[in-house]
Amino acid sequence: MSDSAIHITLQQQQAIPLSVQLECQAGELLALVGPSGSGKTTILRAIAGLYKPKNGHIVCQGESWQNTAQQIFLPAHRRHVGLVFQHYALFPHMTVLNNIQQALTDFPKQGRRSQALELLKKVHLEGLELRFPKTLSGGQQQRVAVARALARSPKVLLLDEPFSAVDQVTRRKLYRELLDLRKKHAMPMILVTHDLEESTLLADRIALLHKGEVLQTGTPEFVSAHPKTATVARLMDQQNLFSAQVIKQDTLAQKTLIRWRGRVLEAIYQPRFQLNERVCWMIQSANVLLHRRERPSNGDKENPLQGRIIEYMESSGLANLLVEIDPELKINIAMNVPIHVAKRNRLGLSENIGISLLSAGIHLMPYQPLRREV
Amino acid sequence: MDWQALALSVKLSLVTLLFLLPIGILFGRWLAYRQFLGKSLLQTILALPLVLPPTVLGYYLLVMFSPNQGLGLWLSNTFGTTLVFNFEGLVLASIIFNLPFAIQPMQRAFAAIPREIREAAACCGMPPAQVLWKIELPLAWQGIVSAMVMSFAHTLGEFGIVLMVGGNIPNETQTIAISIYDKVQAFDDHSASVMALSLLLFSMLTISFTYWLSERGNQPHV
Repeated sequence: MSDSAIHITLQQQQAIPLSVQLECQAGELLALVGPSGSGKTTILRAIAGLYKPKNGHIVCQGESWQNTAQQIFLPAHRRHVGLVFQHYALFPHMTVLNNIQQALTDFPKQGRRSQALELLKKVHLEGLELRFPKTLSGGQQQRVAVARALARSPKVLLLDEPFSAVDQVTRRKLYRELLDLRKKHAMPMILVTHDLEESTLLADRIALLHKGEVLQTGTPEFVSAHPKTATVARLMDQQNLFSAQVIKQDTLAQKTLIRWRGRVLEAIYQPRFQLNERVCWMIQSANVLLHRRERPSNGDKENPLQGRIIEYMESSGLANLLVEIDPELKINIAMNVPIHVAKRNRLGLSENIGISLLSAGIHLMPYQPLRREV
Repeated sequence: MDWQALALSVKLSLVTLLFLLPIGILFGRWLAYRQFLGKSLLQTILALPLVLPPTVLGYYLLVMFSPNQGLGLWLSNTFGTTLVFNFEGLVLASIIFNLPFAIQPMQRAFAAIPREIREAAACCGMPPAQVLWKIELPLAWQGIVSAMVMSFAHTLGEFGIVLMVGGNIPNETQTIAISIYDKVQAFDDHSASVMALSLLLFSMLTISFTYWLSERGNQPHV
């Protein structure tokens, strides 16, 4: 057990179900991701000592903050936690400087002012020390909240959807500042967010939550490409999620063949599934290749399919397509290509195209009934 | 103008406030933040003086304080004192009938402080007493002052309960409201009108002040 990390185990059935086992190393940013009501904020509040779960074991930098078995529960004011609230929770009757000074309880009184000014400099708010929170923009308020959290000399920094109340441009700027902050402060950081893009951008690891339970942890890229279950895949916003049956495990060719709606697909070898076992499978949009009209390539031979574009949307340099493979069975595949590729290939609504599903990108999961296949 | 009665009224109001301030803060805060079984019933009981005719409340207090039974008997036996027809009894009655005037505005003021702000204070390392002193009281002060002003004015003008519990003893229980009644009974219309006008002006001032306070409360901190 590394001494500089935080280890969290929470278990309870009522009133909010929780089944959580997490750890976050110093210098690591762990994102708690999940839909509304999945228990993200409750976990953060439990870490901060603002919520007392029935069974909990929280150890931070070797200090026991909660141990139900030993009847230990340190109240919030005795834990060194920096918490940035969703709506910042700045003290409205105090100036910016005063807000920060409140958390400098570890410093001698005469040094608090200079320390608070130093922290303000760190979050690029010099000159605003005598302003009241209401007169600041959302981004500035967030920075004050971060400075106040850091003023506590925290052993863990907790961020509760801190970017949800600011505009897109400010958010990008604050993302950069948070990444910068990470380099300067080697402490565990736990970020609550429901934004997958945000967690991919900022976090080293994510913990995917559903109904108070951690379903999977790992790097955002890994969880996205290798979800343990179809539920995880759905929560990670995987659109190409289907069910199929394993028809061959080819050890020699290192391939697993699956039958999907009358078609045979070749996937990378995944031996944990039995022959004839029903499975769920998914493929990320990025692993669906477009057959170029002028220049067919070798990749085109890999699980080739023909379809018609029934949805076309351009955003952030990508053309997002929904390709109808089988109108009768209503099987659609979501994919994306750079806009310039879409233009060059004259892609548009109702166009017929050829696509390939990269076998390396076909990921199998244990079978579970799917509500709807895209 | 019956200065003696006015002085007694002011004294009664101030002593009442002295007790009501901590009671109001304690109960107001407790009711604002805690959920517990029987909270609605407790709030109903605390609000009763708002709707109960003062003479009814006065009657029950008189019965309760009577040295022949219950609390009054116990006080009489234990301390050799009584609460009827004396100043101490008036103070206790005043505290009881002012409870909703003191507690309700304070409860609203504490409830208006977002939970996150109190939690942020705890995360800054403040123990509960410091959170109350540094965060809650400064944010709830308008409600607290408003509650105190309303209670003061209410005590100053109370008639029914004072008459029931305290009677009409000059310099002991004869407040300005009772003195006005006394003067009218004695056909001293001039004195009665001077005192009535004084109370009217004071009441207007009080209400203007509480409105001004609540207006201030609606403004952002700048």
